[in-house]
Formats: sequence, structure tokens, C-alpha cells
Amino acid sequence: MTLNSNLLESHTPTSREELWRFTPLAKLRGLHDVDVTLNSRVSLGGASSLSGLAITIADASDVPNTSETNDLVSMRVRELSAKVLKVEIAKDAEIAEPIYLTRTVESLDPEVSRTVIHLGTNSRATIVVENTGSITLAEEIVITLDSGAHLNFVSLQEWENDAVHLGHHHAIIGKDATFNSTVITLGGSLVRLLPTVEYAGPGSSAELSGIYFATSGQHLEHRIHVDHNLPHAKSRVNYKGALSGDKARTVWFGDVFIHANAEGTDTYEVNRNLLLSDGARADSVPNLEIETGEIVGAGHASTTGRFDDEQLFYLESRGIPANIARQLVIRGFFLEIVSKLGLPEIEERIMNRIEAELEKASS
Amino acid sequence: MSTLEIKNLQVAVSTDEGMKQILRGVDLTINSGETHAIMGPNGSGKSTLAYSIAGHPKYTITGGSVLLDGVDVLEMRVDERAKAGLFLAMQYPVEVPGVSVSNFLRTAATAIRGEAPKVRTWVGEVKEAMASLNMDPAFAERNVNEGFSGGEKKRHEILQMELLKPKIAILDETDSGLDVDALRIVSEGVNRVKDSHNIGIMLITHYTRILRYITPDYVHVFAAGRIVEEGGAELAEKLEEKGYAEYVTA
Ligand SMILES: Nc1ncnc2c1ncn2[C@@H]1O[C@H](COP(=O)(O)OP(=O)(O)OP(=O)(O)O)[C@@H](O)[C@H]1O
Ligand SMILES: [Mg+2]
Repeated sequence: MTLNSNLLESHTPTSREELWRFTPLAKLRGLHDVDVTLNSRVSLGGASSLSGLAITIADASDVPNTSETNDLVSMRVRELSAKVLKVEIAKDAEIAEPIYLTRTVESLDPEVSRTVIHLGTNSRATIVVENTGSITLAEEIVITLDSGAHLNFVSLQEWENDAVHLGHHHAIIGKDATFNSTVITLGGSLVRLLPTVEYAGPGSSAELSGIYFATSGQHLEHRIHVDHNLPHAKSRVNYKGALSGDKARTVWFGDVFIHANAEGTDTYEVNRNLLLSDGARADSVPNLEIETGEIVGAGHASTTGRFDDEQLFYLESRGIPANIARQLVIRGFFLEIVSKLGLPEIEERIMNRIEAELEKASS
Repeated sequence: MSTLEIKNLQVAVSTDEGMKQILRGVDLTINSGETHAIMGPNGSGKSTLAYSIAGHPKYTITGGSVLLDGVDVLEMRVDERAKAGLFLAMQYPVEVPGVSVSNFLRTAATAIRGEAPKVRTWVGEVKEAMASLNMDPAFAERNVNEGFSGGEKKRHEILQMELLKPKIAILDETDSGLDVDALRIVSEGVNRVKDSHNIGIMLITHYTRILRYITPDYVHVFAAGRIVEEGGAELAEKLEEKGYAEYVTA
């Protein structure tokens, strides 16, 4: 990965650093602090009863790193994890049923978790990471897709409101492989996720979607990085967020980097934020760097706005009470992404939680 | 039998240069079964009148009153006005991304009727109303007004009127943007609701064409924020011929 040209040394980040300046470090319970010991525990797990799927726990020494990182969280996780959760999808396996990886929580003591996911050539799978409960977690998930593989990756942050979660999801996408990722962040007092992508062959494609909803006191941060490091790869980024309540805070960065050799790149990124009350703040920074003109397309869009009063008036003028009108519009706003999951139970659960949080926020 | 009484209504909008008075004392009474056409030059305040009655937050009432069957409409929330029996077919219907027409119609009908319509009869009711307005059933699954053509939006407004069955309907330039056939179909829809539910109609228009399908009992000329003349259907013909010159002071 080439987030920056010079690789960083492992250290305790400060808010003077560009990558950390939005994050309230004091809320991290030492997760970022190199002087604080982090427990090493395999907190993620799942049943490998499906054919073509193997879920095992390996010694860290037997799991080489397949990507470079200059993310301080990843570095710490790699340094401190004694064991690694390994998820292997066999070559040519087509697993229709979603594979659930579930988090177990024990305490609020800071801990690390390392996971590697590998999809063999021409395999297909859906993996759902379910995060619930209270935790102080630094994690890295590295996902490797061999040629022609197809992964639908869903990461759910349905944490309790005291959880702290720093995460880095890095995907390496092989020739003609497709990586669809949907990140849903609703819970947690502080969640900072880095969904990042690099390509390992032409014809590869990444679709990175996400929704987040921050209520009073929550800090939800997503920093996407797509590295178009070779020719003829495609990326689509679409994140939508809503904020309600005093000191609700979201940060969104979308870095798309098109290297000089990446001709034929096709990319578009968009982030939309809905401010539902005063006192909430959303930062949205799309950033496109292009080193070659020989591309199919590259674009970005970002909007942060209040409710459209005209939409609400229209609905209300048909007898729909204001709170239900607002619910309809917010539901519609998020449904664009959530309905594409193809997982009706999760869709229902997510929408219900959003509605419950909305009601809490507006009461 | 219902009555909408607009008395000496005065309305202003806030602009960068302060409040700007738009309506300067509108008096108009509409009873069930009556059709009142309102005609007047661009910018004279016709939509302002319509939106003010519906309760659009942009407008400030600076004087006068609006009563529906004796009850003060201006004190009601927007949704309460609709529940009381007022309906506004808008000149520019609003797109609502992410909300499907079928969900929207059902939510609106539930609110207006006070209970959720029975699933089985409801589906039939919507289908029938759509068919009578020549609307493709596929519209039910689309998002409200999103990507609808101008004429499709207007049909969708009248579809809502058919399903919500108001006491008094205000149609703001529903005829603009309709092709010849659509104008007839939409007019028939309006007449159907009018005849079966004896509703009163305020019909804002620039053209006499729609008045051949929906016969007005009264025609009011609107200029500079008030009604300046009243007459029967023949007044519309005269306006079409002579324009508004005699009502507009330079
Ligand atoms: N925010 C505003 N600032 C200044 N003027 C405004 C504002 N909003 C409305 N107006 C003015 O109010 C006047 C009345 O507008 P309205 O839409 O009611 O006219 P109308 O009679 O419906 O016209 P049309 O026939 O073109 O539909 C117009 O002159 C318009 O420019
Ligand atoms: Mg108008």
C-alpha cells in the first residue's frame, strides 16, 4: 500500500498528524498508545460447516503479511497478535449461504484482533462480520481475492455505545476479481475504520459502500483509500451518513489515487451526509489524485446538508405527520445502500435500529 | 357539505431585502360541489395563495383568516390540514428519492383515513385509479416523482387526489405540461372525484382549454395579490382574448 511514499515507524499518533487530527485520541483508552499493553485474543470466529470453507486459528508466525502497511493500527495489530483467524474459501467453491463471523466480547480492556481472508481462484462467497457488545478493539482484516473470485463483504458495527473500535480492512483484488464491501456503522462511542483497496491484476473491480448514523456523543470515522496501482481496474465508492444530536460527529475521507501506469482506470466516489439537528458536525473530504490522463473516467461528489424542507412539506401535505415523513426520507436515504445487501434479515435489523436511534434522538 | 372561507388573507415572504408582501387581502369562499377558476398573470400570487392554505413554511401570514367549516386552518399543522380535508395538487411536485410511490400512497392513505387500508382492497383501489389515469402500474415501484416527466408528475398528483378524497382541492396549474390526451384523462379524473364526493375545487390555470373539460362555476381574475374581478365561464373567454392589461396597473 502506498498511502504515503515514506513508510512510517510504529509510534503513538498525535492529533498533529494529518491522519489522526480528527480523531479524539483521549477516548481511545490507550488503544493507540505504544506504551499500553494490548491483549491478544481471537475475538472473531465462525462455524466452517459449509463445503469449500475452512475457518481456523493459526499462530501468527505461520501467517506472513501479504501487504505493506503504514497504518499505525495495523502495525500494532501485526506486532501484538499471537494468533490469527484464517478464513479460506477453496478454489472454484461457490458458497451461496452467507458466512457469518461473529465477535465475542469480554471486557473493555484494550485488545487486538487479526484476521486474514483468502478466496481461491473463481470462488464466490458472502462474508458478514458482526460486531456487537462492548469492546476496546484494534483490528486488521486482510482480504485476498485470487483471479476471478467474487466476494460480498459486509461489516456491521452494531456496537453498544461504549465500544471503541479502530479497524483496517484491506483488500487485494486479483485479475478479474470483484470485491463488494458494505460497511455499516451505527454503534460505538468511537469507531474509526479504514477500508482500503489495492489491485493485483487487470479487470479487477471494487465497490465500496457504507452507511453510518451518529447520534449524540458518537464519533464515526471512515477513511477509504483506493490505490489504482495498475491498469484497467474499476472502483465505485458510495458512503451515506446521517447525524443527529449534540456533538454527533462523523469524518469521511475518500482517497482515490490513480498511478501513472493505471491507464484505463474507471472510478467514481460519492459521500452524502444528512444533518438532522443542530450541534452535529460532518466532515467530508473526497480526494482524487490522477497521474495519467489515459483513463475511462474519474469523478467525485460530496454533499452535506439538512433535510430537504420541500420533501417534508410534500409528504406532510398528504397528511403524513412530520416524524413519519422524516422517517420515510431517512429510510429511503439509507435503503439505497442497505437494500443492495441481498440479506433481508440484516436489512430489517439495520433499518429498525436506525429508526429506534432516530426516535431516541428526536424525543 | 363543506366550506372553505378565505377572508382578507395577507401573506408575505422573507427575502434578502426583508419581508415582501405578496397577497394583499384575498377574499374567496368555496363550497362543496363548486369549481372556482383562478386566472392571473405570472407572479401575481396564485401559487402563494395555494401554498399558504396548505401551510408551506416559507410563507408568513400577516393578516386575515382561512376557515374550513368554521375551523381555523392557519392554526393547523400541515398534515392536520390534509387530514381536515384540504388537498393541494402542486405546480411543481417534489421528488422524494428513496420513497416508493406505493409506500408513499399507503402511508398517506393511512394517515388521512386514520387506519391502514386493508391490503387486498387497497392494492385493487390503487391499480384501478392508476389505470383510469392511464398510468403504467410500474410507477408504483418508482420513487415519488423521481425522474417523472412533467405530465407524469401531474397525473401522480391527481392519482393522490383520487385516493385521498379531500373535501376541498386546490389544483395549481395541473393542466400545464399535459398533452392533449393527458389533459382529457386528468380532467375526467378530477370530474370523477368531484362528482362522486361532491368536492369543492380551486382551479388555478392560465388556459381556457382545461375549462372545456372542467366547467367552472366562477372565474376569478387574480392580479397583484388579490382578486380583482369575478364572473362566470364567459370571463375566461374574455381573458383569453384580451389578456390582463386592464387589470394590471403599470
Ligand atoms: N423568496 C422570494 N423572494 C422574492 N420574491 C419572491 C420570493 N418567493 C416568491 N416571490 C415572489 O412572489 C410572487 C408571487 O409568486 P407566485 O409563485 O405566487 O406567483 P404565481 O401567480 O403562482 O405565478 P405563475 O403564474 O408564474 O405560477 C412572485 O413575484 C415571486 O417572484
Ligand atoms: Mg404559480
